[in-house]
Amino acid sequence: MGKTLFDKVWDAHVVTEVAGGNQVLYIDRHLIHEVTSPQAFNGLRRRGLPLFRRDRIVATADHNVPTKDQDKPIAEPLSRKQVSMLTENCEAFGVELYGLGHPYQGIVHVIGPELGITRPGITMVCGDSHTSTHGAFGAVAFGIGTSQVEQVMATQCLLLTKPKKMRISVEGTLQAGVTAKDVILYVISRLGTGGGTGYFVEYAGSAIRSLSMEGRMTVCNMSIEMGARGGLIAPDQTTFDYLEGREFSPKGADWEAAVDYWKSLPSDEDAVFDVEHTFRAEDIMPMVTYGTNPGMGMGVTESIPEENAIHNAASVQKAMKYMGLTAGKPLQDMPIDYVFIGSCTNSRIEDLRAVSQMVAGQKVADNVTAIVVPGSQQVARQAIAEGLDKTLMAAGFEFRGAGCSACLGMNEDKVPAGKYCVSTSNRNFEGRQGPGARTILASPLTAAAAAITGKVTDVREMLQLNIEH
Amino acid sequence: MTPFTKLTSSAVPLPVEDVDTDQIIPARFLKATTREGFGENLFRDWRYDKHDEPKADFVLNNPLYRGSILVAGANFGCGSSREHAAWAIEDYGFRVVVSSYFADIFRGNALNNGVLPLVVAPEVLDETFRTIEANPKANFTVDLEAQTFKNEQTGTVTTFDIDEYKKTCLINGYDDIDYLLSQREAIESFEQKRKDFSLL
Repeated sequence: MGKTLFDKVWDAHVVTEVAGGNQVLYIDRHLIHEVTSPQAFNGLRRRGLPLFRRDRIVATADHNVPTKDQDKPIAEPLSRKQVSMLTENCEAFGVELYGLGHPYQGIVHVIGPELGITRPGITMVCGDSHTSTHGAFGAVAFGIGTSQVEQVMATQCLLLTKPKKMRISVEGTLQAGVTAKDVILYVISRLGTGGGTGYFVEYAGSAIRSLSMEGRMTVCNMSIEMGARGGLIAPDQTTFDYLEGREFSPKGADWEAAVDYWKSLPSDEDAVFDVEHTFRAEDIMPMVTYGTNPGMGMGVTESIPEENAIHNAASVQKAMKYMGLTAGKPLQDMPIDYVFIGSCTNSRIEDLRAVSQMVAGQKVADNVTAIVVPGSQQVARQAIAEGLDKTLMAAGFEFRGAGCSACLGMNEDKVPAGKYCVSTSNRNFEGRQGPGARTILASPLTAAAAAITGKVTDVREMLQLNIEH
Repeated sequence: MTPFTKLTSSAVPLPVEDVDTDQIIPARFLKATTREGFGENLFRDWRYDKHDEPKADFVLNNPLYRGSILVAGANFGCGSSREHAAWAIEDYGFRVVVSSYFADIFRGNALNNGVLPLVVAPEVLDETFRTIEANPKANFTVDLEAQTFKNEQTGTVTTFDIDEYKKTCLINGYDDIDYLLSQREAIESFEQKRKDFSLL
């Protein structure tokens, strides 16, 4: 029987089997950040352990950094302490740190790929559930807790049971105005927040193959939002073209050897998955979420369901109460207050280009506060080099420094209680963007359209208008 | 890690599905750099209003419900990988969370902190909620050695699954790290074998 992409990468990293079905899995790359690493470093100190392979760890500060005045000391004392502790720990243990002010600083899942640290065939972990992002390259990448961060620091390994395998195929051609974000929001709305629990997902099909690396990262990023341990996509020429020449990508003969190996990774024709789902690209329209988990999503022109196969009426009612919305009604044309373009889901250069193109020569509506937060210093520099910052600011967007920003209600960037935010981030949980904040997840295009009109908007209508102009 | 073998306790019901770790411990409380003290902010925004006053309608503020077992709806612990969620649950005083299934990362985090994520069939979960509703003082016995969950009110005993390795760890209070450190030679020889994979 053939092997799946996931089998090939996972099995190549099994050091040994443990009774009871657990395996010792070797981890090639470990990304760390300020929030989930301090207790792991403390644990090493308590046990008197060194890092087992410090050259396999890269650190950055992202969750808890301000996106304004990044050249000044962090104002909030607890945040300042946490970020400076990362610096102290990296110095004490000899870890490469791309901290605040470093030209490579940024969201951990943005910098890994753009620096060529992420690559096909590797195992990669980070104390962050969106580590699944890196699966876009054909890596087995997944989020872990802090105890596991400590385990990888101490042994470069984890004890795990191998997840089951799911393949999600999206076949066909996406409509204009429908993006990778809409694809994954659509899939999650069909499978639910728990639909992938226990599985590693391979995304396949012609619609997935046609996506850029940025789009593939957006899809894999949200695998965790359906409960999947991770998501991955077979490496192909799009992958190789993206990686070639990046800072840490293999060079010369090593590059040739690497590409040869990577070409052997895609799932075999006769490989068997535990579960398969297939969707038609043509069925997907621009998506928005109406509730308090990412599975509560619908097409932008649809009405909020009273209940469905995934969510019972009680769950929808609880969400409606928090969101201040009514089941049975549409969201389209509802006024909004904030637009957030950013996060590890949608803060890459392609996202900023799409938003900039959409809003060029137009003005953010008076009722809307709109911010763009590039995923990394490199993305910010590229955007500035292309003049995107000027276009965005002329339209009335704030253009900030790199970080996780308003995705998670941890740093200074928050959405006030009761306000509606159309957000390109990944979670619409209660309080996620700040206590009482109401999040509507959407693509960068849909978010940009909402910023201009001041309400939830079908971006396809705006694209049509732009064409007519 | 504190060993876990057997306990009998009343239980706290949280019949909500898809409880995410942002509810268990909101991100603004993740600025601490030690593992201690997260219990006071467990379910912070469900438990307290914006003036930090306890919300009377939340179960942790209801004196009727006490105990070291939390019973929650399906897909408990979804979302963020923050282990702070498991620390908060443990620090508050729960040793067992019962649900019909758990999000993968939370389940692992709980096990690494001596908190047992106990999976029961959906109908057993429903019965457990009904028992607590009828009698908030109803006791339940969790026996890890025997892998049984007993409703002392109705006498119903159900078995639950847990992998043998994790069971041994919980009973003895072992961390995975102890085991992994014992595998150092195997790990080093694996690295040697894979030297050709310089591209990795």
